[in-house]
Amino acid sequence: MKEAHHGEGDKKTYRYGMVVDLDKCTGCGACMVGCMAENNLPFRKDNSDRTRSMLWMRVYKISNGRTFPNSDISYIPRPCQHCEGKDHHHATPCVSVCPATVTDYSHETGIVSQIYTRCFGCRYCMAACPYHVRVFNWWDPTWPKGMKKYLNPDVSVRMRGVVEKCSFCYHRLQRARDKAYAEGRAELHENEYQTACTQACPAGAINFGDLNDPHHKVYKLKKDPNAFRLLEKLGTNTKVYYVSSKAWVRKAGNAYTGMQGDVVIPG
Amino acid sequence: MSTTEEKEQAVADEGQEATEEIAAEEVHEPKPVKPGTWRFLIPIIAFAMGFGPHFLLGWVIFPQLLYGKKQQPIDFNHKLHVEEMGECEGCHFFRGDGSFAGIPDLSSCLECHEEQVGEHPEEAKLVKQYVEPGKEIPWLVYSRQPQCVFFSHAAHVVKGEMECVTCHGPVGESEHLKPYYYNRLTLYSRDIWGSNPAGYKKHTWDRMKMDDCAECHEEKKGIKEACFVCHK
Repeated sequence: MKEAHHGEGDKKTYRYGMVVDLDKCTGCGACMVGCMAENNLPFRKDNSDRTRSMLWMRVYKISNGRTFPNSDISYIPRPCQHCEGKDHHHATPCVSVCPATVTDYSHETGIVSQIYTRCFGCRYCMAACPYHVRVFNWWDPTWPKGMKKYLNPDVSVRMRGVVEKCSFCYHRLQRARDKAYAEGRAELHENEYQTACTQACPAGAINFGDLNDPHHKVYKLKKDPNAFRLLEKLGTNTKVYYVSSKAWVRKAGNAYTGMQGDVVIPG
Repeated sequence: MSTTEEKEQAVADEGQEATEEIAAEEVHEPKPVKPGTWRFLIPIIAFAMGFGPHFLLGWVIFPQLLYGKKQQPIDFNHKLHVEEMGECEGCHFFRGDGSFAGIPDLSSCLECHEEQVGEHPEEAKLVKQYVEPGKEIPWLVYSRQPQCVFFSHAAHVVKGEMECVTCHGPVGESEHLKPYYYNRLTLYSRDIWGSNPAGYKKHTWDRMKMDDCAECHEEKKGIKEACFVCHK
């Protein structure tokens, strides 16, 4: 195997990431719907059935587990965290276990890919992912009559027996790049590449951009003293930051479910 | 020993026990068998008999069964149109948002062919079958990639400054459209896999497989690309 890492040429590298303000999140679920429509996710008659529904972006509801008047809740929207790992080694949990090189970490964009046609469905990556972002297609996708015409042509439809996950709407990056090339630019504007969930959020809780770029909103937001990342102690070095003014939420973000009074109700 | 006996001996050598018994009755003291000099041919002939038909099956008959053949709806003359319209970009243009128009739609044809301008039977076919009823021409796309592939013409032609010929070949010089071969199982165009059954290519445009993309990317950019660069 060649030694060269992805994107280690003379090209500029990006670290696309997200900062979610949990104080603004109302738990409405518009990001989940926006994501499903954008990424051709099939839905079931009763999509609230958590064991069978497929979501790339899932909103969790967490509670501090206390009784009134001290009870409190918070919502945590959870896309793929796009783990970078430490020191640019292959420490992304799903990437390191995949036997078929279906998924890889791009050092150019910082996005973890998933190539559905390569996947044979062993689901090691699902077991390895600490954030449960990966979902498995137990059935071929179906849509109500006539809805196939509304599918997004930029995103391939997945078949039965493969694992899929959030791609940070990579196709939108490709589209934005095309436009930039046609206009003779090499750099993208911040608003040119935004994920579907970011744009769907009515509260403006989700922010997306290049974490390396000081001009991007996320660059400042991630430095907020209330910013944290999920399960930071694992060293996954994720690129999705959360901001919450509540100390118990920040603590729960770094704890496994059900630890000492912090109850997570997946919603 | 007579010639008949010799023949019988030879037959006996083949290991046919029944014949051997008859031969043994006639010749009471059979001499020790000397293997014939032609015997080394047996394995070669056996191999050739097996190899020949299977070679033909795999390299000639199977590809013919695997690939279906279709003719384009209209035998388009690229050479003539390049002379009239200018380079490839005259018809295969970029839109404002950087997306590529690909094969022009009927409205592009209508700019000239609203009525018949020449006497060519193919043009008459265009006017009668497609222009008059206002029906789009169902062109068969030789270079259509599978659904999981993302390809950006802007990145290659505008940013990378590549020539159309590098991947598509000298289409602009052709006077007739070649038949469209497609894989009956996958329904992909044969131009993706290439027409050589050994997978051998002479020109850069002979094949459009992932290896061909990767080869050029590695050569030009000097890096191993991430999967999402070409996959979706």
